Parts: sequence; C-alpha cells; structure tokens
Amino acid sequence: MLGKLTWAAIPLDRPIVMVASGTVGLVLASVVGLIIWKGWAPYLWREWITSVDHKRIGVMYCLLALVMLLRGFTDALMMRSQQALALHSGGFLPPEHYNQVFSAHGTMMIFFVSMPFVVGLMNFAVPLQLGVRDVAFPTLNSVSFWLTATGALLVNISLLVGEFARTGWLPYPPLSELTYSPGVGMDYYLWALQIAGVGTLLSGVNLVTTILKVHAPGMTYLRMPMFCWTSLASNLLIVAAFPILTATFSMLLLDRYLGFHFFTNEAGGNAMMFMNLIWAWGHPEVYILILPVFGVFSEVISTFSRKPLFGYRSMVTATMVICVLAFSVWLHHFFTMGAGGDVNAIFGIASMVIAVPTGVKVFNWLFTMYGGRIVFNTPLLWAVGFMVTFVIGGMTGVLLAVPPADFVLHNSLFLVAHFHNVVIGGVLFGAFAGYTYWFPKAFGFKLHEGLGRKAFWLWISGFYVAFMPLYVLGLQGMTRRMQHYDVAGWRPWLLVAGIGALLILAGILTQIAQLVVSIRNREELRDLTGDPWNGRSLEWATASPPPAYNFAVLPNVEGEDAYWTVKEAARARHALREEPEYVAIEVPRNSPTGVICAFFATMIGFALIWHIWWMAGVGLLGAWATFVVFAWRDRTEYEIPAEEVARMDRANRGERTTALARAQAVP
Amino acid sequence: MSGTNLSGDRHGADTAPGDARADGHDDDEGTGGLQGYLVGFGLAVLLTGMSFMVAGTSLVWAPSIPVALFVLAIAQMGVHLVFFLHITTGPDGINNVMALAFGVLIVLLLIGGSLWIMGHLNHNMVPMDRIMQMQR
Amino acid sequence: MNRPGWRQMGLWAGLASAAGLVAAAAFRPGHATAVPGGPVGDLLEDEPASRGPLRSKPDPNHLGHRAGAGNRQHNTEHGERGTASKRIIAGYGFWIFLLSDIIMFAAFFAAYAVLSGETAGGPAGKDLFDLKVTAVETGCLLLSSFACGVASIGAQTRRGAWFYGGMAATLVLGTVFLGLEVWEFAGLVARDAGPGRSAFLSAFFALVGCHGLHVGVGLLWLTTMMAQVWAKGYRPDILRRMLCFSLFWHALDIIWVAVFTIVYLMGSGA
Repeated sequence: MLGKLTWAAIPLDRPIVMVASGTVGLVLASVVGLIIWKGWAPYLWREWITSVDHKRIGVMYCLLALVMLLRGFTDALMMRSQQALALHSGGFLPPEHYNQVFSAHGTMMIFFVSMPFVVGLMNFAVPLQLGVRDVAFPTLNSVSFWLTATGALLVNISLLVGEFARTGWLPYPPLSELTYSPGVGMDYYLWALQIAGVGTLLSGVNLVTTILKVHAPGMTYLRMPMFCWTSLASNLLIVAAFPILTATFSMLLLDRYLGFHFFTNEAGGNAMMFMNLIWAWGHPEVYILILPVFGVFSEVISTFSRKPLFGYRSMVTATMVICVLAFSVWLHHFFTMGAGGDVNAIFGIASMVIAVPTGVKVFNWLFTMYGGRIVFNTPLLWAVGFMVTFVIGGMTGVLLAVPPADFVLHNSLFLVAHFHNVVIGGVLFGAFAGYTYWFPKAFGFKLHEGLGRKAFWLWISGFYVAFMPLYVLGLQGMTRRMQHYDVAGWRPWLLVAGIGALLILAGILTQIAQLVVSIRNREELRDLTGDPWNGRSLEWATASPPPAYNFAVLPNVEGEDAYWTVKEAARARHALREEPEYVAIEVPRNSPTGVICAFFATMIGFALIWHIWWMAGVGLLGAWATFVVFAWRDRTEYEIPAEEVARMDRANRGERTTALARAQAVP
Repeated sequence: MSGTNLSGDRHGADTAPGDARADGHDDDEGTGGLQGYLVGFGLAVLLTGMSFMVAGTSLVWAPSIPVALFVLAIAQMGVHLVFFLHITTGPDGINNVMALAFGVLIVLLLIGGSLWIMGHLNHNMVPMDRIMQMQR
Repeated sequence: MNRPGWRQMGLWAGLASAAGLVAAAAFRPGHATAVPGGPVGDLLEDEPASRGPLRSKPDPNHLGHRAGAGNRQHNTEHGERGTASKRIIAGYGFWIFLLSDIIMFAAFFAAYAVLSGETAGGPAGKDLFDLKVTAVETGCLLLSSFACGVASIGAQTRRGAWFYGGMAATLVLGTVFLGLEVWEFAGLVARDAGPGRSAFLSAFFALVGCHGLHVGVGLLWLTTMMAQVWAKGYRPDILRRMLCFSLFWHALDIIWVAVFTIVYLMGSGA
C-alpha cells in the first residue's frame, strides 16, 4: 500500500539527525504559526505564492537560496569539525552519515543555493533593465520557481524520512547503481534534481526568450546592460546543458528502477559514460553560475566608480566566447579516467584558453575603476574581494588544467580548495553583492551599511582562513571526503580550516543581524526616489519597490547606460521630463498553477522514491489536470486603470523632483 | 503582459518559427500554403524511400552505406525544417536560424565529443575478464 | 571501421551537410518581408528607422514622440526593436524549448552510439529489427506531419474541415505509430530481448521509448487542442498553442528521421 515506506524510515536511533530534524521542524512550525497568528496567510497566498510577477518570484528564489545556505553551511560545519577531530579516531560522524553530509552539502550548495540565487537575481533585474513589464512567460516563471522549491523540499524531507545519497554530489556509478546503493537516498537525490532540473530548464527558456524578444523600444542588443548579456549567455547554457542532466539522470533511474544496463558492471554497461555525460552538463553548469555574477559585478563596478563600463563590446564578445567554449572543456573533470594523452591534451589546452576571456573581463573591470570616483560601499567591497579571490581561484584552475599536474591533484583537497575558491569567491560574493545592490529596489529600503561591511570582512577572512590550508593539504596528499585520517601533520591545517569556518559562521550571523536591523530601521534607510545608488541602468528609473507593471510608460532607449543619459538631460534642464500620457495597463493575473504543480510534483517524487505506484499515478493525473485547467482559463489579465497608474507615477515623480532640487541646491 | 498589442508584428523584422510569414499566414492565399507542405511531403517520401533502399541494397559499395544514410537523413531534416517548420535564412528568420545553429553546435559537440572520448577510454580499458582475473 | 573509412565518412558527411544547408537556403519559399505601416491614422506605428539588431545610432525619427511635442513619452511598444508580438514570443520560446529537447535526445543518441556494440552475447540489431514495420511506422509519422500541416492551415484560415480533419488524421496516424511501436517492444521483451538483456538493448529501448513517450504526450496535447478549439473557437491564444503544437509534432518527425536512420537502418545492415 505504501511501497517501501515504513516507520523504520525515521532514524530514531541517530541523535544528530533527530536533533537536526527537530530544529528544522521547530523553526518551520514557528514560522507557520506566526503567519497564521498574525493573519498573513491570505496576503502571502495572494501576493507571493500565486504571484507571477518576476520581482516577487526573484525574491522568493533568493529567499530559498538563503535558507538552503543555512542548511548547506551546517553540513559544512559538521564536516570541518569531523575532520578537525578525526585523527586516529572515528570522530563523531560514522562513515555512512558523513557520506550523506558531504553529499547533501554539495547538492544543496550547487542546486539549491547557487542556482536559485543566481536565477533569482536574473529574474528580478533583467526585465527591469530591459525596460519591460515582465518576462516572456510569467506563469511559466512561477511554475519554474515552485518546481525548484519542490526539489529543495524533497531533499529536506530526506533528513527525517529515509536517508540521503552517499555518493557525493555527483553520483558516480557503479556506486550509485542499485547493487551498491540499494537505499532510498540515491532516489531522493535523483528525483529531487530531475524535478528541479525541469524548473531550471523552463526558467532558462523563459529568460532567453525575454532577452531576445521582449524589450523597450530602442533597446538594441548593444545597448543592453552587461547583466542582460551575461544573463543571456547563462540562460543559453541552461537551455543547452540541463537536458543532458535530465537524460543522464533518466538513464541512471532506468538502471535503478527498470533494470536497464546503461552504467552497470554487467551486461555491457559503461560506467565511464556516466562521467562523460554528467560532466558535459557539469562544466557548463559552473559557467551558468558564474556568468550572471560577472554581470552583477559589471553593474556594481560601473555604478560605484561612476563611470560607464570600460570596453563594453569586448565584454560582450568575451561573454559569448565563454558561452561557446564552456562546451569544449568538460573532460578536464576526469583527466585521470584514462582517455589518453591526445584527448587530455586537447581538453587541457581548451581549459586554459577559456581563462582568456575571463581575464579580459577582469582587466575591463579594473579599467572601469581606474579614473573613476569610487564609492567604497558594501557591494563594491564584495566586487573587489571577488576580483582578488576569483583570480587566485582561476589560477589554481589553470594549474589543474595541466593534465600531469591534475594526475597528482585530482580529487585532493587542492581541487576542493580550487572550486570553493571560485564558487565562494565568485558566485557567492557576487550573489551577496547583487543582493545588497538590488535590495533597496526590491523592498524600498537599503540594508544597513555598517553590518554589511562587517559581514564582508568576516566572510572574506573566513574564506581565506578556511580554504588556504586546504591547498597546502592537497599538495601534501590529503584526498577529499575523508571521514578520518592518520597523518598527524595534517591536523594543524584542518584546525585552522575549522577556525575559518567559524569566521564564516560569524559572517553569516552578521548578515542575519543586518537583515533584522535593516527591517527594524527601515524608515531611516528608506529609498524614496527609487535610485539610491545614482545608478546607470533602467531599473533605477522605477519606484522602489516598482509597481506591478514596472514602468508607467515603456522607456524609449537611446543609448547604452539608458537611464544615465535621461538623468544627465534632466540635470541639465533642471527638471524631469514632461509627464507622460497615462493609459490603462494590462497585467497578467496571479495563478495558483505553479504551487499546485509543485504539490503534485512533490507527490510524484515522494511516491516514486518509496515505490508507492498508485500515488505516483494520482500525482501525474493531478499534474495533467492542473495543466488543462490552466489552459482553459479565459481571463488571463486584469487591467490597472490609468488613474491608478497616474497616481503611483506622480508620487514617484514628486520624490524625484524633490531630490533633483535638493541636489542642485548644493553649491 | 504588455499594454495594448496593436497590429501584431507587422512592424517587426521577425517571424515566429513555424510561420511562413510574419503575420502568421502561410503563402498562396488560395490554398493557404498547402503547396509548400505537399512539396515537402513529396521530397520527404522520396528521401525516406531512398534511405530504405540504400540500406538494403547491394548496389552501393558497402562501407559507404552509413555515409549515404547520413547524407539522406540530413537532407530530409533540412526538408522538414524548410517546408514544415519554415525555418529559413531570410532576414526575418535570423533569430530562429541562430538558435537552431546553436543547438546543432551543441549536439555535434556532445555526440562527437562523447564518441571520441568514449572511444579512447574503451581503447585504453583493460578487458573485463582481465579485470576479474586481477580481482582474484 | 578502419581509419581511412572514418575520414572518408567525415568528408562526405561534411560536404553533404554543407550542400543540404545551401539547398535549404535556396529553397526558401518566396514570401514578402513583413509589411510595416499599420492602418491609416495609427500614430503609434512608425516605420522603424533602422532594421537589424546591431544598429546603435540615435533614432532620427524620435520614435515614440509625437512631432512637435518635445520630449513627451508615449506608450509605444513597437518600433525599433520593441517588444515582439505574442505569437512571435510564444513561437520562439517554444522553439528554444524544442532545441533543448533535441539536445536531450542527443544525449540519448550519444549513449546509444557508445553502447550500440555492447550486446553482452545477446541479440544485436540485425537479429531483431523488422524493417517493414519500421517503414510503416515512418510512413505513418511522415503522413501525420503532413496532416498536421493541413490542420495548422485550417486553424490559421479558420476552416473547420481542414482543422478537425487534419487533427483527426494526425491522431489516427500517431496512434497507429505508437501501437506498432508498443507491439514491437512487447515482441522484443517476449523474445528475451528486453531492456535488461544488454546495454545495447537498454540504449535502444530508452532512445526509441523516449521518442514514443514524446509522441504519446503529443497525442494527449492534440486531443486537448481539438477540445479547446471546439469549446472556445479560434482565439489568438489557442492559435498560438496550435503553432507550438505543430512545431512539436514536426520536430518529433525530424527526430524520427535520425532514429530510423541511425538505429534501424544502420543497426540492421552494417
């Protein structure tokens, strides 16, 4: 009746898991309780859960990422403490549990922290920067978000009900085959990621179409802000790479569920093909993560240097070159698997070549800052921290791209240090920069600056203290994912790394404090005009937060840095542009399609994991029914009357006129 | 999702994939574009027939049969793209062709790269029975 | 195959592909480029001053501004690279999705290509494939593509007979295709040539099965489209969905060309 699911699935004999689940449950219960008690539920349903507004969806993506960051970081703390303790001893985490911890850490950080954070920032900012009202397919956007949330939910359920995969964040066969991973952990991983993968793919289709087909008049390709270009490249990679992930995981699922022989040891299966296919996805994936962040830095650096971005066209070229080359280097993840000298050499050279366009970008950022009038606030601190840290990480990457060097360092802590160097120093720092930069636009008030700086310094010092020792350890021969070891000389380094992790913890706590304090002091931190940073691109032309339809009248774009030219003209004239003719605006209706789809997706995923076939059938039927009901809608938009548009725009214009007058009054 | 959508896409320089003309109408107003589909269908039948023939016949030099099949398959895909999907290289279809080209590039890199890599890996791999011997 | 064979194959494939692409370009059915300029008195539709994506000169026609009204803004959403129409957006978005689907099939093709020789002592393609059945399946799918074309013409020109007739024919032919495929699979399983027998068979069942699954979903979609047109008529959003459906159905036929060539024809002969 319930497949493989029994009460024994709840690990009552594992105190750490029970405490963790208990904490999660408590937090969840308190949050839900607070919402119900304060009567926020209808508001949340109407304004957020069923919203198809790209701004709301972007915020929800980022919120998901930040919450999952806490869970992934907890795993990191557990790993660091285990390794600090486990010299000649078993530590406090038995191997089966430790394996789940590092697998969950990687899975969560890549799929449920980095991806949602980056996708969330793109969702929020790209339509605003393009000067349009929403993405190309708003309801599809909602579906994408909720499917990603489903994946995260399934991974979290695995903490209490059942177990998680023990294979690492990429499940290599034959370990991940049924023979060697008979439990449900592997299935949790696979179904969670298949579902989330569909969501991400749909989001990629959405954003590619938006950037190429939906923009304000006059916004030609070469007038788009750099963030839109990098988003385009990243989403093209999503569209090209995620199908490979879906196919490969499907093959593994077919092996596990229906006895196929893609990657098995028997009957002709070829485990190496899994590595080949999964890294054909996996390498573009890291470019999917880093490219939008490059765009964030372009925006942040040019805004806070008060200069246009240096070398716009070379940046565009470099971005698109990275986009194409991303598909030519994937073998460098398995140099040691035995493809031979020819193959290794070609891919090694390609891996070094791909560093060149990134170098072009770094130089362009430096030249943007040179000669500018720099404002050293939190986003720019993250940007400068990124440039130093990412360059170091990139250099170790180029070092690893040399096959003979890689033969020594593959799967050592050197590798671990390298990819954390580029992911934390690149993706995470960029995500935090984007978060700080666009927070006032999303919520109408800035984040507390002092706490932001403290958080930055804690994070960057914590990062170096935690990961530089890992480079040393890698060179000394320590491999990754070790549950215990017996080389005494490694221990001091691991203790230092543990301290680094604690510094990062302090950084995270500071960020939480920053959020709390900012919300409490939001009136002092209020952004009245919508342009708190004296920005250059179109999102700063709207109020903070923007109305549902973004722009009362779609802007007519006349050059790069579209908003800057408008402002310069206004300053020269000492007046804003004339009030436009307000017309009624049609806005897409909210829809519960996304969250209901996710409900059925969760049902399908959970049922398939536990082999509850009838429940899977019900879920599929439900998902189909949801789709048909959505397709049967007659009214897809509602109208905001012209007077309402006029009222909101006039309020914002009033604030801007006041600000303009104040700025010009200063001698 | 935008304001009033006025006259469709007559202003624009793009067609949707699948539409022969910008406003969604196919050519030859009389039959509404049937001729294109008929020609495409005829060509496709021809190419399919040739494929099946080439595969089974001994008239063609054997080692070149896969090449011939490949060529015929690509030609037929081209026929489908042009006559059924209306993906052409005119100025109004450039975006569609660029997307297709990108997709084709990725497909070639994936399949070609995988074959190359796996071929080398298999070549360098010790045979299974030797491995089993080493296990004992 | 020996080395010179591979090289020759590569050369011919490259030449053929080039020839195919040239032919595709040349065979473009003549059509007028989009005619700009709307109905008389449509002040918001200006002829775009510059076409093409890479122009960045300032717009001399002051697009979106009424002459003599200074810098008044208007609610223009068209003009020099403004927002495209919903039909273009829907079609292009679906085209991008289809390309991602094709890449997914490419991954299955790659697996098939790698594993096609791994028969684990069991039956190979030439022992299993009945090309007559394949020919019938191919004919069904090709004819259904044509029928789908008739149906899309019917939808665009609001001719019910063409639309419903075309869709019904597509449904019947698609169902026959699927039925034949299920019958073929059942036969293989019965002969101990199921997917668990060898890696080759796993790859075969997955690839051809994935295509069949897409056809099945397409048939479900087809019936929904017919129901929608029946219930709501030829509304613009339903026509957009019809455009997406026809893209999907034709793309499935394109993938089938690859399947029958690489899997069945090459698998049964060489």
